[in-house]
Amino acid sequence: MIDITVNGKKRRYRGPAFKRLLDVLREDFGLTGTKEGCGEGECGACTVLLDGEPVNSCLVPVAQAEGASVETVESLGAATRLSPLQEAFLDRGAAQCGICTPGMLMTAVAHLRSGGSADPKSVRTALAGNLCRCTGYQHIVDAVVDAANRERKRSSRAR
Amino acid sequence: MTLYAENPGAVPLAGGTDFMVAWNAGLFYVKTVLDLSRLESWKRIAETKTGARIGALVTHGEIQRHPRIRKRLPLLVEACATIGGQQIQVRGTLGGNIANASPAGDTFPPLAVYEARVRLRSAAGSRTLALRDVFTGVKKTALHDGELIEFIEIDFPRAPSRQIFRKVGTRAASAISKTVAAGLLWLSSDGRIREMRFALGSMAPTVRRLLAVEAFLAGKKPGPRVADEAADFLERDVSPIDDLRSTRAYRLAVSKNLLRDFLRT
Amino acid sequence: MASVGKSSRRKEGPEKLTGDARYIDDIPLERALHGVTLRSKVARGRIREIRFDSAFDWSSVVFATAADIPGENAVVLIEKDQPLLASREIHHLEEPILVLGHPDRAKAYEALERIEVVCDEEKPVFDMEEALAQGAVFKRFEILKGNLLGGFREADEIVLGEYRVPHQEQAYIEPNGVAAWEEPDGTLVVMGSLQCPYYVHKAMLGLFPRAPEKIRVIQTVTGGGFGGKEEYPNLIAGHAALLALKAKRPVKIVYDRAEDMRATTKRHPARIRHRTGVKKDGTIVAQDIDVLMDGGAYITLSPVVLSRGVLHASGPYECPNVRISGAVVKTNTPPNGAFRGFGAPQTLFAAEMQVEKIAARLGVDALVVRKKNLFREGSVTATGQVLKESVGAEAVLDRVIASSGYRRRKKACESWNRKRSAPSFRGVGLAAVFHGDGFTGSGEVYLQSRATVALCPDGGIEVEAASTEIGQGTTSILAAIAADALEIPYEWVRVSTPDTARVPNSGPTVASRTCMIVGGLLKRSAEALRRALERERVPWPPTPAALKRAARKLCANGRPFGFVQEYERPSDIKWDDQKYLGDAYGVYSYAAMLVEVEVDKLTYEVTVKDVVTAQDVGKAVNPLLVEGQIVGGTAQGMGYALLENAIYERGVMANASFTNYVIPTTLDLPDVRVEIVEEPYSLGPFGAKGVGELPMDVPAPAVAAALHHATGLFLPELPLLPERISKAMHDRHHRQR
Repeated sequence: MIDITVNGKKRRYRGPAFKRLLDVLREDFGLTGTKEGCGEGECGACTVLLDGEPVNSCLVPVAQAEGASVETVESLGAATRLSPLQEAFLDRGAAQCGICTPGMLMTAVAHLRSGGSADPKSVRTALAGNLCRCTGYQHIVDAVVDAANRERKRSSRAR
Repeated sequence: MTLYAENPGAVPLAGGTDFMVAWNAGLFYVKTVLDLSRLESWKRIAETKTGARIGALVTHGEIQRHPRIRKRLPLLVEACATIGGQQIQVRGTLGGNIANASPAGDTFPPLAVYEARVRLRSAAGSRTLALRDVFTGVKKTALHDGELIEFIEIDFPRAPSRQIFRKVGTRAASAISKTVAAGLLWLSSDGRIREMRFALGSMAPTVRRLLAVEAFLAGKKPGPRVADEAADFLERDVSPIDDLRSTRAYRLAVSKNLLRDFLRT
Repeated sequence: MASVGKSSRRKEGPEKLTGDARYIDDIPLERALHGVTLRSKVARGRIREIRFDSAFDWSSVVFATAADIPGENAVVLIEKDQPLLASREIHHLEEPILVLGHPDRAKAYEALERIEVVCDEEKPVFDMEEALAQGAVFKRFEILKGNLLGGFREADEIVLGEYRVPHQEQAYIEPNGVAAWEEPDGTLVVMGSLQCPYYVHKAMLGLFPRAPEKIRVIQTVTGGGFGGKEEYPNLIAGHAALLALKAKRPVKIVYDRAEDMRATTKRHPARIRHRTGVKKDGTIVAQDIDVLMDGGAYITLSPVVLSRGVLHASGPYECPNVRISGAVVKTNTPPNGAFRGFGAPQTLFAAEMQVEKIAARLGVDALVVRKKNLFREGSVTATGQVLKESVGAEAVLDRVIASSGYRRRKKACESWNRKRSAPSFRGVGLAAVFHGDGFTGSGEVYLQSRATVALCPDGGIEVEAASTEIGQGTTSILAAIAADALEIPYEWVRVSTPDTARVPNSGPTVASRTCMIVGGLLKRSAEALRRALERERVPWPPTPAALKRAARKLCANGRPFGFVQEYERPSDIKWDDQKYLGDAYGVYSYAAMLVEVEVDKLTYEVTVKDVVTAQDVGKAVNPLLVEGQIVGGTAQGMGYALLENAIYERGVMANASFTNYVIPTTLDLPDVRVEIVEEPYSLGPFGAKGVGELPMDVPAPAVAAALHHATGLFLPELPLLPERISKAMHDRHHRQR
C-alpha cells in the first residue's frame, strides 16, 4: 500500500511495489494524460513533476514515490480554463500531434517555477530531455518564452 | 547493510535511471531489489578539511548546484550537466553512475583526474578504493557481495593552470558519449609541465588515465611539437572499438585532437 | 472574418493540452486481451515446426496463426504478396508468424519467450546491389525525353556522381497501436493510430470477408505518422482483428519502441547515379540518372515510392535530353514503406548534390547553375509536362538569397576559413527542390475521393472526410476552407472523426493531398450546400438559428444533409501510365533553403548555425500551421542529413531505441527563418497546393552543400556523420602528402 499525493489529492495505490509510476498514474489512477513513448527515459513523454522536479515516470518504481507529491498535466488546467502556459501553446501552435505535449508542459512548468528565464537558449536547454518529432521545437520554445515573459510582467506588476 | 547482507542476491537501486531502462526492456529479472532511496545521510555533500565528500545518492543535478563543488571541481559539474536531459539529472546519482560502470560514464574522466576515492561499505565494515580500482571491466566493478558505495571523496586540487572537460556525443544534448575527456595541467614558473592528468572515457572497457602521455610530458614545455609527440603515446592506454555509436578510427582521431589542442600552446 | 489565411487556433488543440485527448493506449477496453506478435528470428527460410513450452501455463492464452484467417492471408495494398502471418515461408527478420493474447501484458510477452520456431534457414540477400544482380526486382520505370546521345555530344563537361541514402525511421513519439473487437451484430470494429481508415477497411475486407458495412474503422487521436502509419496499420489491425475474432474478446496491440523500430516500415534506402552533360555557361544539356531502391521483403508501396523518386530525380531543372531509370528490389529485410517525401528526399538529395558537383567542375557558384536551368512558367519537365502556372521555384530561391545575404555570408565564411587559428570551418549551402502535390499521374482518378460538408440535424455544419488529423492540422484547415466557402465563422464548423461508418472515402492522408484535393472537394461541397440553403431562403451569411430551422426541414430523417463531391480530374491534365509521360502531378510546390554550418576542427561535429527557407505553398490556409509543417519537416530533414543512422546488421535494425537512433533535440537545431511564398494554383481551394512533404526534401542537400563550402569535402552519403567527415579529411590529407 503506497500513499502518494497526486495533483494535490492523496491517492492510495495497492499493488506491486515495483510497478512503474507511469503505469500507476495511467492504469490505477486513470490519469492517462501522461504518455509512454519509449520506456527508456529518452523521449520525456512520460515527464511528471516529482516533488516539483521533472522526472521520467517510466523510470520511477512507484515505491520510490511513496509520500511524495506528483503533478501531472491534468493539474494544469481544463478545456474551459486553460493555464497561461497552455494558452501560449495554443496561440503559438506548439502542439501538433500532441503526444509529447503533456511531458513538454510539465518540464516547462518546472522551468517557469524555478525562475523561468525567457532566454530561448535557456528554454531549449531546459527542454532538451523532451523529444518532439512534429514541431521542430520552435513553436514550443516560442510558447514557453511567451509564458516566461508573461510571468515576468505579472510578478513585476504584483510588486 | 544488514538487509543487504541477508539478501545478497538483491540488486541495489538508487535513482533508477540505468536500472529501470534495463528492467523495462526485459533485460533482466530479479526477485529482490534493495531500495536505497531513503538513505538520507547518503544524500549529502560534506566538506572535509581537504575537499569534499559526496554521498553516493547525491544526484547529478545537486552536484551542479553546490557552490563549493562548482568552484573547486568544475569538470565534474560540467560532466553532470551533459548527462541526459533534466529529467535524468534530477534522478541519476553519482553512486549509481559508478556502480553501473558503463564504459561511457561521463563523470568518470573528471573523477579520474580528480583522483577520487570511493568508500565502500558492507555489514562487515568499510574500505576505500581509488576510482581506478573500482572499475574492472564493462559494467563490472570490484564491489564484493553485500558492498555498497557510500560516498565519493575528492581532495580539492590546487588551482590548475589549465583544465578541460569535453564530451563528444551522438548529438548536442541527451547523448551517449563517443569519447569523453577530462584534463588538468599544472605549470611551473618556468613554463614546464609540473604535472598533467588526462583521462578518457568510451575509449576502453573502463575509464583510462593516459599514463604514458602523462609520464612523457613531465618536465616538458607545452607547444605544437610536444603536443604531437604526446598524442602518439595516447594509444598505449586506450583500446577504442567500432560500435553502434562510433568507430575506433574516429574515437582515436578526436581524442588525439583534444589532447593536442590542450597542449598546443 | 476570413478563416483562410488566418493563423487560427487548432481545432483539437485544447484536449491535446489538458491530457484529455485519447490516444489508443489511453482508451480502456473491458475484457480486452493484450496482443503480442511472435516474429521470425531468421531472415529467410521455411518454418518446420512451432514448439510450445509445456511448462508454461497456456490456459489464459489465445493464439492465432495463418490457419485462422477466414479470408485470404494477404495484406492488401498494391499487390497481395505480403501475408498477414507467415505460414511456411519466411522472407525477413521480424516477420510476424503468430499472434497471441493474454489479459496480462507482461504474461503475454513472457508467453512469446516460451515459443520456439524451428526453421530451415536459407541464404538471405541483404544488399540491394546483390538483389539487383539476382534479378529480384519488384518494379522498374524508365522516363525518356529528347535525345540523350545528342545531348551529351553537345556538352562541354560531363560530370559523374554516385549518392547513397540510408533507411530512415519515422520515429513518431506514439508507437503503432490498434484495438479490435466484434460487436454483437457481427460488425468488426478496428480502432487505432492510423492515417488511412479506408486502407485498413479494404485490407480487413480481404482478410475477414463480410459486407463492407460490417467493418468499421475508426481513427483515434494519432501521435504522429509521417507515413509510418499509412500502410503499416493494415498489418497490425489484421493481427488485432484476427485475435479478437478468435478470442471473442477485444484485443489491443500496442508496440513498444524497440519492436516498432525493428519491425515496421522505414524510408527506402537508395543508390542514385548521375551522369550530367553541361555547357561551360552552366546549361544542363543531358541528364542520365539511375535510381536503385531497396524495397525490403514485400512490395507494399515500393512501386509508388520509386515512381515519385524517379519523377523528382532530375531536380527542379529543365533539360531537353533526359533518361531516368529506376528499379526497386527485394531484399530479406523488413519491408520499407511510406515516409514523408516518399522517394523524393532520396532523389532530390542526389539531384542537388549533382548541381554542387557541376558548379565545382565549372568553377562557378552553384547558384549560377541553378538560375540557368531552374523551372519557370512554361518549362517542360522530364515527362514532357508543361508547367503552366503556380511555379514558385525562382521566387523561393530569390527570396532566400535576398533575406539570407547569401553572397556576403559566403565571403564571410571563406574569410573565416582562411584563419588557420579558427577553431572551426564555416560554410553556407543552398538547395532548391520541388514536390508534386497529390497522387501521381492517374492516382487521384483511381482513388475516386469523396467528401462532404453537411448540415447536421442540430443545425451544425460538419466536414465529413476520411482525412486524418495526425498533427499536421487537417481538422483546422478543412474547417477553415469549409467556413470560408460558407462565409461562416471557423468556430461553427465541426470536423467528424474519421470513422468509416460516418465519413466517405476521401482517400488516404498522404502525398500532400489533403488540403489541395480534399479541401477542393469540400469547397465544392460547401458551395453546393450554400446554394441549396439559399434555395430554402436561408439568408446569407446565415445565423445559427436560421441553420437550425433549415436543418429541421432538410434533416427530417435524422441524417446530415449535404452533397458528396467526387474527385474529377481537371480536363487539361493528361498522363500516360504506360509510357510514363505527361502531367505527372497537377501542380508542384517549391522550396529553397540556405543553411550555414560550422564544423569543429577537433571533433568534426557539424553545428547548424542558421537556416533560412522560403517555400511556395500556393496559399497558406493557416500560416501558423504551414510554418509548423516547414519547421517540423526541416527538423526531420536535418536528422536525415546529420544524425539518423539506421544501422542494419543481419538484415534488421541494430540500434532500435531512442538511445542509439538519434533524432534531433531542442539543442540540435537553430531557429528556422521561414518565408511563405504564395503562387496560387487555380485549381486549389483558395489557391492552395500542398506543404506536408516539401520541407523534407530540402535540408539534406543544403547541409551537404554547406559542408562542401566549409571543408571542400564532397560527401555523397547520408548521414553526414563526424566519423565520415573525419575519415574524408584524413584521406584527403594523406593523398595530398
